[in-house]
Amino acid sequence: MSTEQNLASAITSAELSDAIKAATHDVFLTMLGVELTPGDVYTEKTEAAPASGVVSLIGLAGPWVGTGSLSCTASFACRIAGQMLMTEYPAICEDVLDAVAEITNMIVGNVKTTLENRVGNMLLSTPTVIYGRNFQTRSARNQEWTVVPFEWDGERMCVQVCIAPNPDAASNAVRPGFPVPHMLNV
Amino acid sequence: MDVLIVDDSAAIRKILQRVLIQAQVPVGTVYEASDGVEGLATLRKQTVGLILSDINMPNMDGLEFLTKVRAEPAWRDLPILMVSTEGTQAKVLEAVERGASGYVRKPFTADQIKEKLAGLF
Repeated sequence: MSTEQNLASAITSAELSDAIKAATHDVFLTMLGVELTPGDVYTEKTEAAPASGVVSLIGLAGPWVGTGSLSCTASFACRIAGQMLMTEYPAICEDVLDAVAEITNMIVGNVKTTLENRVGNMLLSTPTVIYGRNFQTRSARNQEWTVVPFEWDGERMCVQVCIAPNPDAASNAVRPGFPVPHMLNV
Repeated sequence: MDVLIVDDSAAIRKILQRVLIQAQVPVGTVYEASDGVEGLATLRKQTVGLILSDINMPNMDGLEFLTKVRAEPAWRDLPILMVSTEGTQAKVLEAVERGASGYVRKPFTADQIKEKLAGLF
């Protein structure tokens, strides 16, 4: 294992969840003027139950590789876009998906900046947003996700990151614009 | 003054337009581009007095766009404010070395953009 990876091995799920909480709080407060309440953090390795709504995924690459994601209901996504763009969105549309993608980009980008202080430079892919009913996502690499739920007026969204040392740290496992492979069951 | 906003997020392009108005920048036409390729194509057709650009974008990222803009003598002194999630000192330094006039990290407040713009004019 390289020196960089040894340093990075000190990153715990607690540190990761702290980075997610700080980034999410900062992004929502600055861009939406909303103070979110974080819930109890948990980790999960098994497949999440089939869900409906919006999932936004961003790949991380470099000395460590992984994925960051934001998932929420359609109505939560509409509230994010409405607050961000000062417009009312009664249903999912292009603007709503774009707003959720950008919020995810900012959150995961800020988590990346925190991690870069420990593991060195990383790359961020452009976001991929999925909207639908009864779909399921899981990492093809069976990694553990650190999940932080947040509440906004009784509605819930989750920000989660899974990240692990890159076995081939000399190369970037993911090209920018292409998230880490995911299985999508619809 | 006409302005070019280069960002792959339509939401951010809208927000930046709103911030320019709030900052009382005398904005004429605002041109939008979703990546560096579109940004360069717009610059070849239109004359602008200010560029706001993201870094992480498909096709051509903001740093390559910045380098190509600065390589053109006519655009060498054009104010370019980078607005990006990339927050490490190394990335900010790289942008400045390539010719960025200023740098604002996302998430941003209207006041942060206003402050940076005030320093450019």
